[in-house]
This record gives sequence, structure tokens and C-alpha cells, in this order.
Amino acid sequence: MQTLFTTEQLRDPDIAASNQVLRTCVHCGMCTATCPTFLLMGDELDSPRGRIYLIKDMLETGRPATEAVVRHVDRCLSCLSCMTTCPSGTHYMHLVDHARAYIENTYKRPFAERMLRGVLGGIIPRPWLFRLALMGARVARPFAGAIPGKSMLAQRLRAMLALAPSSVPGPSPVEKPGVHPALGPRKARVALLAGCAQQVLSPSINEATIRLLNRLGVEVVVAQEAGCCGSLNHHMGQHDAAMARARTNIEAWSKQDIDAIIVNASGCGTTIKDYGFMFRNDPLREQAEKVAGLAKDITEYLSSFGYAPTREKPDLTVAYHAACSLQHGQRVTADPKSLLARAGFRVVEPAESHICCGSAGTYNLLQPEIAGQLRARKLGNIKATRPDLVAAGNIGCLTQLAGDGLPVVHTIELLDWMAGGPKPADVP
Amino acid sequence: MIRLPDPKRDVLARRDAIVAGLRDLLPEASLISDELRLKPYETDGLSAYRQMPLAVALPETTEQVADVLRFCHRNGVRVVPRGAGTSLSGGALPMEDAVVVGLMKMNRILDIDYADRVATVQAGVTNIGITNAVAGNGFFYAPDPSSQLACMIGGNVNMNSGGAHCLKYGVTANNLLGLKIVTIEGDILDIGGAHLDAAGYDWLGLLTGSEGMLAIVTEVNVRILRAPEGARAMLAAFASNEIAGRCVDAIIASGIIPVALEFMDRPAIHACEAFAHAGYPLDAEAMLIIEVEGSVSEQDDLLDRLKAICQRFDPISLKVSQSPEESAAIWKGRKGAFGAVGRISPDYLCMDGTIPTSRLPEVLRRIGEMSDSYGLKVANIFHAGDGNLHPLIMFDANDPASFHKAEAFGADILRLCVDVGGCLTGEHGVGVEKRDLMPYQFAEHELAQQRAIKSAFDPDWLLNPSKVFPLLDAPAMAQAA
Repeated sequence: MQTLFTTEQLRDPDIAASNQVLRTCVHCGMCTATCPTFLLMGDELDSPRGRIYLIKDMLETGRPATEAVVRHVDRCLSCLSCMTTCPSGTHYMHLVDHARAYIENTYKRPFAERMLRGVLGGIIPRPWLFRLALMGARVARPFAGAIPGKSMLAQRLRAMLALAPSSVPGPSPVEKPGVHPALGPRKARVALLAGCAQQVLSPSINEATIRLLNRLGVEVVVAQEAGCCGSLNHHMGQHDAAMARARTNIEAWSKQDIDAIIVNASGCGTTIKDYGFMFRNDPLREQAEKVAGLAKDITEYLSSFGYAPTREKPDLTVAYHAACSLQHGQRVTADPKSLLARAGFRVVEPAESHICCGSAGTYNLLQPEIAGQLRARKLGNIKATRPDLVAAGNIGCLTQLAGDGLPVVHTIELLDWMAGGPKPADVP
Repeated sequence: MIRLPDPKRDVLARRDAIVAGLRDLLPEASLISDELRLKPYETDGLSAYRQMPLAVALPETTEQVADVLRFCHRNGVRVVPRGAGTSLSGGALPMEDAVVVGLMKMNRILDIDYADRVATVQAGVTNIGITNAVAGNGFFYAPDPSSQLACMIGGNVNMNSGGAHCLKYGVTANNLLGLKIVTIEGDILDIGGAHLDAAGYDWLGLLTGSEGMLAIVTEVNVRILRAPEGARAMLAAFASNEIAGRCVDAIIASGIIPVALEFMDRPAIHACEAFAHAGYPLDAEAMLIIEVEGSVSEQDDLLDRLKAICQRFDPISLKVSQSPEESAAIWKGRKGAFGAVGRISPDYLCMDGTIPTSRLPEVLRRIGEMSDSYGLKVANIFHAGDGNLHPLIMFDANDPASFHKAEAFGADILRLCVDVGGCLTGEHGVGVEKRDLMPYQFAEHELAQQRAIKSAFDPDWLLNPSKVFPLLDAPAMAQAA
């Protein structure tokens, strides 16, 4: 597609990178068809192609972001379904990331929204703070219905309280920095991203991951200082905070002698695999590229490393819910399903598996109405497969899909169970 | 740059009142009038042509479409209908004084009648959306344009779209049973219906392919068919375009009708393989995708006979798909071909001429010669079985000279199609892109007859008036009306 940047503008490396992305787009419109918001809203402006055009115009004119651009970019889930669909290989993720940072720098959001985004970006990445906040939310939860009004703020508050779990588990000992040795001879050594929100909401995921890897002969390191991957801030356009968190991780992992960095929250995996690009103009670039190259989703790693169940086949049908960050962000599609099948489950895939469930990081808190519609659509498609339970590889999806009668479990907990681990809570 | 009719000054002057009037007729989220948000609507799949519209209306019901058209008619406002905006001929290119009426919000499947094999859907349902809705019961909707993932059935009707599988099943017109349309006066009419062959004159035939110039389609009854028991694709690789072209001609001459017979040349093979990882032969100059369907033994028999024909043309390789996944990858590459060319060139113009299949080798050779003389690369991807060419001319839109050369090259290809006994468009429509070549295909009195049909439906020429026919000056226009 034609772009209208001046030579002067193209000297800015961020503009130059976005220009490259825009030049790859041929405006064919295929992406519109698999975009969740376009499906719901039927407006070009809420499709990837429309957003690309809005962003192109914003960057070309160099004008500050306007309310209209912000509205439509904010509605993007960053599910990256468009990137799977795009025949010409347009890197929408890099473009929309740039736009989000640009918006953050040039647009002043209303006060309440600035506060909310600040709070989300400041609390969730810090496990102890997030745990405290959730305990507060648990107390307030029964009163969610009492919040009056149809304003965005009221909707968001209700959404936040609705997503708060009814009980908050205590911190798990396994996530403290340290080394979890392999059982038997050591075959490999990996770092585990202990993460942020996930370890608070569902510590059993990391426990299952470490247990299974140890049993397979893999030594697992939880590196000192490594923490949130930065994606939460990154997706809200909070560039500096995102880079700071990523930098901490890169430095922490670079000190380790490891074969892989294991990620069991696929939203984080997508971002870590992009560290090389994020640090492309930074002295840390080489290390960032190395870290990005080592990052593997847990199912990706198990598929190549080897996995074998030890228990009898369970008589259970699992609906595999493909997290967008896994299927579109990392293009890991077959591994989780084939591992679940190898573990002995009957695996079914719901219709529209390429469409987001509405979780999308903090999206379900910031855009509760659209997120709610997508959740209902997703649950409808899942239930049509008549499963006993749902498996997914991302904490956001697990939280989003929970609470509707069907057990929702992380893939790794099921794999661990079938290879000798404990039966995950809620599994029938 | 393409010339558009002079905007109506009085309409531009009344812009605010027109927007206010439309606002009264539509839900809040269905009207776009601020400049910034109009911008993404300035173009469609042919992004080299751009024009900002006066406003965009996104009605949710047929009644709202009727309200908008009635209002525009009363106020002398031009209207440009739009589906998914995937047109490669600029069919949805707006005009400065026109309201774009987008049907994208009308995306519901209304009824599926398996006993009579009819699906009734709104105009904004995607082409693949129809098949997806009935596939669970073993049915499909046959015409499959390459943009079927995104393009909408309303647009398919207006362009009489084809697709890879039309060699066997026919184009949109052959799979259509009825339409609900809204005339420019705002009248809602049902044409045909959920049954084969309508009573009276064939209005359906007249409306199909009318490029949004006669009425706006809001609902469609299409024929759905039982899906075949199975299908298998074969990739046949050849040492030159001409040899592959001769093989196509031999297959058609043999009397076998494969369900699809698709052609790709070297640049296309490489671009599509990078996208789809389908195992395309990267050492070939040209490749045919030949698909057969039916029971396994039927497939085997046809494939054997097709292999024997291909063998006569010294193929570099012949490979039959071994699994449904492999077939899916083969088609993913073909269907994503236009976009995939975006990997090797920032921009392309996609031509859509149709020729008698016996002239394929000659036409491909001439296109190659033109490519050399214009100094622009071309990728050939097309429905070889029905002679529908899609040469993709690669250029750089940031270089105006390259764009003008591409336009001239494209026009030469289309004139060549007409010269060998073919026509300007197989399935993309005339749009604005081929508008000025229409006199090369038709004599003036033939064009006058076609304009008279347009005038009968839309005497004031308000519906998509800048498309299909070369622009006339005002007095000639008045006479045509």
C-alpha cells in the first residue's frame, strides 16, 4: 500500500519500522473476516484493515491521537487473528504496538481512565500487590451488583469484581527463585517464567509445570529477579514500564546457562518471543534476541522433548480452547492438542476456534461489553462440543471462561496429572 | 488517476443537513460523518484509487436501507453500495458527494432449508459463511472466489463472482434463486425466491452482475449443494508457461471437467509457498492445481486419466495430495495468492480478463513480452479451466511513474483479451478500473442500450454512477437518462 511519509519522518526508527509494515499490507481485506470486533460490529473501523488505515493516517500526519483513533485502537484485542489470516505477512502486532505507545504519548485520556490504566499496569505485574488487591476485591465482590449506572467506569468496576476469584490461594513455595532439580539424570536445564498474575490466580499451573519437567529429567530454574514479562504494560502503550520489565528479565536469564525458557502463559510467550524486536535499537539487542530464541511454550517444549502418560486413559472429553496468543501470536496450534490426545483425552475443537474469548490481557476489564459478547459466543461454541472440561494454555482465557459450570483447566495440569501428578481441582 | 464525475455542488453545500437527515434514520453506530473516521472508507481492494465519501451509512435492516435510499433519492444524493470492500476493480470506490451504504452489519443467516436446498442470508454474510453454516450437515455453497473468506454475498451477486470451483458448478448467477432488493426510490422488492426458476421475465439474470448500479441487494436466496464424498488435488509442474497452457487446453479438450483447474507461474508459486507451505514445486516455471471429486474410485480414475494427459507435456513433477491437510494447504496458497504477492511486491494491479482456453499459450507468451517491455514483473495466477486470467502486475505505489506504467500494461493485457475473442472481466467486475476500456469491447450503440437499462432503474443516475460506463459529459448524460 502507498505511504506518504517524508524522508524526515522516516529517520525516526519507529516510523521506519511501521512504514515497512504498512508497505506489506495490500489492503485486500482478508483480515476483516477473522477479526472478532468486525464480526460483532460490522464496521471497517473496527477491523484490522480499518485500524491500519487509521494508524497510517495518524502517523503520516504526525498529529496527536484523537478520541476517534483511540476508541477504535482500544477496541482491538491484539488477538492477532488477522496476522494468521494475512496472506502478505503484514506485521500488525508491531504496528498496533507502535500506535498504542504513540497514543500514550500524544493523547490525554479522561481522568478515571488514566487512573484505572495506571492501577492495572502498576498492580497486576507485582504478585504481592495483586494478591492484596484480589483479597480486597473478594470482600467487595458480593456488592458488585450494587454499583449503579451504565457508564464505562461502572461497567469496568463490575467487570473487575466479577473476574475476581472467590478465594485467593496463598503464595506457592515453588515460585521463589531457586533451582528445582531433575529427578534422575539431568537431561536439560530450563528457566521458567514464574510470571505475575498467573502465579497469584492459579499457582497450581507453575507447580504442575515444574513437577512434570523434573519428572522428565529437566532441571528448572526460577531466576532471581525475573518477573512480569512486560506485556501487560506493553499492550496499554506503557512503553517505558514494559521495556524496564523486559530488560530485567533479559538480564536475569542471560546470567543462566539454560537450554530453553519455558513459558506457560501464552500471552507472556508472545511478548518474550518479540523481545528481539522490542530491543532492536538497544545495546541489549543481542541478548534480547537470544532470550527470544530460547523462549518456548511449555507444550512446544514437551512436543520436542518427549512426553508419555503413565496413568490409565481417563474417560474424559476435553474441549481444547486455543488461546489467541498461542495460536496466532506464536503459531503453536497442533502441539497442545496432540499432547492432550497422547495423554489419553478425547480432544474436541469448538467451532470458531480462531476467534478470541474476549480475555485479551486487561481487555475484559477495559472493554467489558465487547469482552462479554465474545465470552458468551465462545462458551456457546465450546458447549456445543459437549465436553467434560475445557483446556487452555493461557491464564487470561482460563479466568475469562471460568464460572459457567464447565471446569476450565490449564493444559499442563492435565498433562501432569496423566503423567503421575495430582488430579487438578474441579476435574470431574 | 481515475476521473470521477464532477461532484454536485449543491449536495456538498447541503452536507450538514444531509448528515443530520441520515442521523434521524439510523442507529448512532450506523452513521459515520467525521473526516478522520471516513478515511478508511476512501478505498476498497483496489487501494491505488481513493476518494473520500460524504458520509458512510451502515444500516442493520432492509427497512433502514430503504429509508436511506428514499432519503438520498429525495435529496438528489448519490449512493455507493459497499460489501466487504474487497473489490479489485474499485467497485466500492466512493465519490465526494456520495453516501457509502455498507451492508457489513447485515451478517445474519436467516433460514436454511435442507429439504429444498436453499439458504436465505443477509447481504453481509461472507461467502464462506454460507458454507460454514451448512457444512455440518454435509452441504456447501459452490461459487468460491479467492476472497471468499472475506467477500460478502451481496458483493458476489453484484459482481457475479466466480472462483476456482466454478469450472464445474458455475458462477454466482448459476447458484442464485432469489433476491431482496431496494430500489433507489426506497421500494423493497422480492425477485425470484426460494425456488428454482422464477415466474416471468428473468429479472434475477439482469440484476446479477449489475455492479450496484440498479439496486441494493439486502437478502439473497442461494442454492446449497450436497458436498461431494471427497476431493483430491494434484499439483502438476511444468518447464514453461506455454507448456502448462497447452496442457490446460488438452485437459479441457479431453472432455474431463475437473472441479478446479488453476494455473500459477513461477513468481506466484514462490510467493504462495512462502505463505502456505503447501509443498509447491519451487523448481517449476508453471504449475497447475487440478482437483477432482467424488468417491475414492471416481477420484482415482479421473486422476489416472489426468496424469496420462499431463505426462504428454513432460511434467517436471506430478504430485497428488495425500491428506485433507495437504489439500487444505494447497488451496490456502491459491486462495491467498493475491495477498501473498504482497510478499514480493509492495503493490499490485490484478487483471481479470477472460479468453478462449485455446488461446492460453499465445496470450501468456504475449503477457511475458509486455512484462519485459514495460519493465514490470507480473505473476500469473488464474482459473485456467475457464480461461479467466488474473495477471498480477507488480509495481511500487510510492513511485507514480511505476503506477502509470502498471495501468498502461494492464490496459494492454485487457485489449489483448478482447482481441483474441475474450472479454474485459471474468468475475471482478468493470468497476472504475476497466470503465474506460468498455468502448474497446462494445460499440457505442451497445453501450447506449446498457445505459438505458441503468436509466430505467435509476433515472437520475444516483446509484454507483461513476462505475462501468465511460463518463459522459452533462448533455450526453441527460440524453442517456
